[in-house]
This record gives sequence, C-alpha cells and structure tokens, in this order.
Amino acid sequence: MTAATQTPPAVEAGYNYGYLNEQTKRMIRRAILKAVAIPGYQVPFAGREMPMPYGWGTGGIQLSASILGPEDVFKVIDQGADDTTNAVSIRKFFAKVTGVKTTERTGDATVIQTRHRIPETPLKDGQIMVYQVPIPEPLRWVEPREIETRTMHALEEYGVMHVQLYEDIARHGRIATNFMYPVKVNGRYIMSPSPIPKFDNPKLDNSPALHIFGAGREKRIYAIPPHTEVRSLDFEDYPFEVETWDGCCALCGATDSYLDEVILNDSGERMFVCSDTDYCATRRGQGHTGPMADREDISELTGDKPETQDKTA
Amino acid sequence: MTTLPHPMIRVRGITKKYGEMIGCRDISFDLWPGEVMGIVGESGSGKSTLLGCLSGRLEPTTGSVGYASREFGDIDVHGCAEPVRRKLLRTELGVVHQNPRDGLRLGVTAGANLGERLMSVGARHYGDIRAEALKWLAEVEIEAGRIDHFPKTFSGGMQQRLQIACNLITQPRIVFMDENTGGLDVSVQARLLELLRNLVSRLGLSVIIVTHDLAVARLLAHRLMVMQRGQVVETGLTDQVLDDPQHPYTQLLVSSILQA
Repeated sequence: MTAATQTPPAVEAGYNYGYLNEQTKRMIRRAILKAVAIPGYQVPFAGREMPMPYGWGTGGIQLSASILGPEDVFKVIDQGADDTTNAVSIRKFFAKVTGVKTTERTGDATVIQTRHRIPETPLKDGQIMVYQVPIPEPLRWVEPREIETRTMHALEEYGVMHVQLYEDIARHGRIATNFMYPVKVNGRYIMSPSPIPKFDNPKLDNSPALHIFGAGREKRIYAIPPHTEVRSLDFEDYPFEVETWDGCCALCGATDSYLDEVILNDSGERMFVCSDTDYCATRRGQGHTGPMADREDISELTGDKPETQDKTA
Repeated sequence: MTTLPHPMIRVRGITKKYGEMIGCRDISFDLWPGEVMGIVGESGSGKSTLLGCLSGRLEPTTGSVGYASREFGDIDVHGCAEPVRRKLLRTELGVVHQNPRDGLRLGVTAGANLGERLMSVGARHYGDIRAEALKWLAEVEIEAGRIDHFPKTFSGGMQQRLQIACNLITQPRIVFMDENTGGLDVSVQARLLELLRNLVSRLGLSVIIVTHDLAVARLLAHRLMVMQRGQVVETGLTDQVLDDPQHPYTQLLVSSILQA
C-alpha cells in the first residue's frame, strides 16, 4: 500500500506504475481517506478515462490502481468467478502495469476487486475489497435530482427509501429487492452496496476488511471501514432476509453459499452451482462432492482442466 | 377557552421580487386556527407566489412568516434552519398543488404515496402504514381496491383527492391549496368541495386556498383576500367582500360572474 515510485522490473515499459500518474493516484487516495473517515458518504473525485468502457469497472480499476503496492496480491472476481472475461482482463491489466502477484485464492489476496459478489470465504484483517459500482446513489430510484439527493443525505431525510421496500411488499408480498439492497452505514448514511446480492449484505456488517466502492461514470468513491455497523433496511413486520435455496451446490455440495442456476441442455436439465468459483474449487479440493460432481458432460464447469496462461506472476 | 388563541400564521410585510418584477408586495395578515382564508385575483396577480412564500418553499425578498408550530414552538418559517423547514413541510404543513402530478409520485402506487409522509417521519411497520393508508383512502372516497394502483391510472378528480389525502395523513395544521378545483367537471368539483369542507371542519384545519373561482371561495372561505398586480386590494369576510365589494377590481370580479 505504500506509494511505489520505483517501477518493478515486470512492469510494461512506457507506463507509470499502476497505469495512472502519481498525481492522479494521490488525488484518488485522498478521496479514499475521506470516504473512510465518513463511512457511507459519497466522495466526488476527478475520475479519469480508463482503457475500457464505462460500465466495465472503470471506478474499480482506478481504486485498485491507486492502492496496489508491489507487495500486494491481487484477485479479481466477476459474478463470483475468477475466470470470466472481465475478471481475466482486469487481472492481466494490473499484472502488466504493476507487476503484482495475482491469485484466485480469497485467503491469499490482499486486494480483491469485484463487481457482483463478496467471496464466501470470510474476509480477514488487512484485506481490501474494491467494488465496481454502476449507480452509487441509493436514492436515485425515488429522486432523480442530484441536488435534492445530496440535500436528503445531508439532512438524513431517508424516509422515502422505504417507499421502494413498501412497493415490493405491496406487489410481491415480500421485499423482493435482491441486489443493490440499501444499507445504513454506521447509523448515518444510506448507501448502495453495489450490485451484490442481498445474500452478501450481512458480510458487510462488522467486516474485518476495508471495503471501498468506486463509480467511474458518476465519479464517486465511498467506503465501509473495518468493523463498522452495516444494517440492511427493512420493516418491523417484514425483517431483512437473505435468499435461500432448496438444494445444495451440484459440484461441491455446499449449502451455505450463493448458488447460480445453470441450464445444462435443451431438454431443460439444470443445476445450481456456487457462484464463488474459488470457494467451490477449494471445497472440492478438500473432498466435498455434490450430486453432479462426477458427470463427464459438465466437467468443464469444475475447472479440472490445465490452468490457462493467465497466471502472470 | 376564554383567552383568544394564538394566531397560527403571522405574515408581516411579505414582498417577493423576481428581478425587477414584483411577485407580491407588502402583504400582512394573521391566520387563526380553524380558519379558512381564500385568496382570489386574476391570473398573474401573485397568488401562487404568495402561497409559495407562506409555505416556506419560496424565499421572500423581504418580510417574515411566523408560524406557531406544534413541535418547534413559535418559529420564523424563513429564518429557521433548513432541516426544520423541510420537516415542517412533511409534517405540520401540507401543500396541495394545482396539478396533482406535481404533488404525487406517479411511479409508485397510491399506497406508497400515502405511506411516504408516514415513513418520512419514522413509521417502520408495514401493516400500520397500510392500515393508515386505507383509512385515508376511505376518507377521500377512493375505493380500498385502488391502493395498489398507480396514480397515473386515476382520473383527475381522484388524483386530486389522493393528493389531499397524502397531505392530511400526517395531520398537518395548515394546508395550502392552489387552485385545486380547476379543470374538474362541476359535479366532481362539488364533491371535492364538500369533502374539503367536511375535513376542514372535522379536523380543525387552517387552510389558505388560492382560487379564481368565486363560487369556491364563497363555499369554503371564511375570509377573503383580493389580489391585483401583486397587492392586496381588499380583505374582509367572504360574504361581505362578495356582496358589497368596495374596490373597483373586486366589483369587476364580482360582476363578471355569469348568473346561472
């Protein structure tokens, strides 16, 4: 995390360490410090153009570029998986412009960039989660005017937030919001936890890790410092609940993880698997098996094939 | 009570300028609890500007609006801190807009519109919020079955009644109404007026109602203020003003009504 002005040998020639110039990184770090000092408050920052389109994680990679030091170990997940296109590209990008070690193991990583998930493996002291945020403003749904939303945050006028939850119950009989489920941080600011499923919301509460959120298009940074109270909004008679599944992961048999539904073939066969690929692989490595673990036709899902050339370090 | 109650609102020397243009000039009056005051005048005479200043949404150029608040005591509506003013607008003051679409959230259901003010003052029990919303739908004669419908599917008259219910749900003490019967057909107008009269007398509301329909003024208002070019040209009891108008403009206004 200390500012690295010297360039490690592996770094691509012609680029500054971490792609961004030092002044930009310093500006972003200042915004991060402010965000940490005011948990849940959206700090504006001078977002830069990054070599990828808005919506692909420009906020997240600016944060990562600003905090990655030569000693860090970097992990990227997209939809919980380490091997999806966006995750692979961002991991490669940072291997190229910083030379840091990369990993798929949650436990080994010091910085984890993510969009949709928080890893199932509990986070530890010293780890930093970096989120790519599409819409940082939780009040946007009810109030389109930015001036008004900022006033509402300033004055803690959050009653209208519950209108969304009310609508859910009126229409679906339960709170049907499943992701970007609004939370109250440290008893003060209402914050959108990026598009993580509400399944992951409880992991934010009193987490030992630092969570920082970057929205590239809207140019906002916000944070949850370690060991901070994070409460999901709810009604007294409709308390907050997370998603549950009837079955277990078809590959590793886990019952405690967030499951994705995968359609297997045209005859409607389907399976549920852990969205967190590292968690699933680790469990299978420990000998846990699910009901479909031995199926030949889906062996590519288990990732039992030789590792691709992705491991740069 | 033997002593005279405290005035609900004390308006002193309100002037609002838009650059060089005068919105309204040097207006002063008191409004008492349970009193309904009508403001009439031609369009462009500053009625809505005055209403905006009174309800705290528009900062007057000079002058003050004092309000006897249930929660905060005697306060100056424009001199107090913004959070207090905004809280008042959600609790003790109600603003019924001319166009119900300005006062409602069209993207959420009628129930959520009704519940919003309750939730904004801390209600967090879905069942209670819903029960209260149903109660107020009944008050304004909208079927309970419409609670989960969007206001945009409501007729103009229903939207107006919903907007009134949305304002009354937190039991405000003063309601500001701007031209609420315009654009409604006569029978709907009559029912809306009847409803308003009932609610006002039952709940002891103080109301300031802007209108250019003298019939509405006669039916609802105890007291009348006639405005022309930003100034009050005549005030008095409604019947007095309408039956024996003194100012040339009021005389013109009264004589312009078609006799049915």
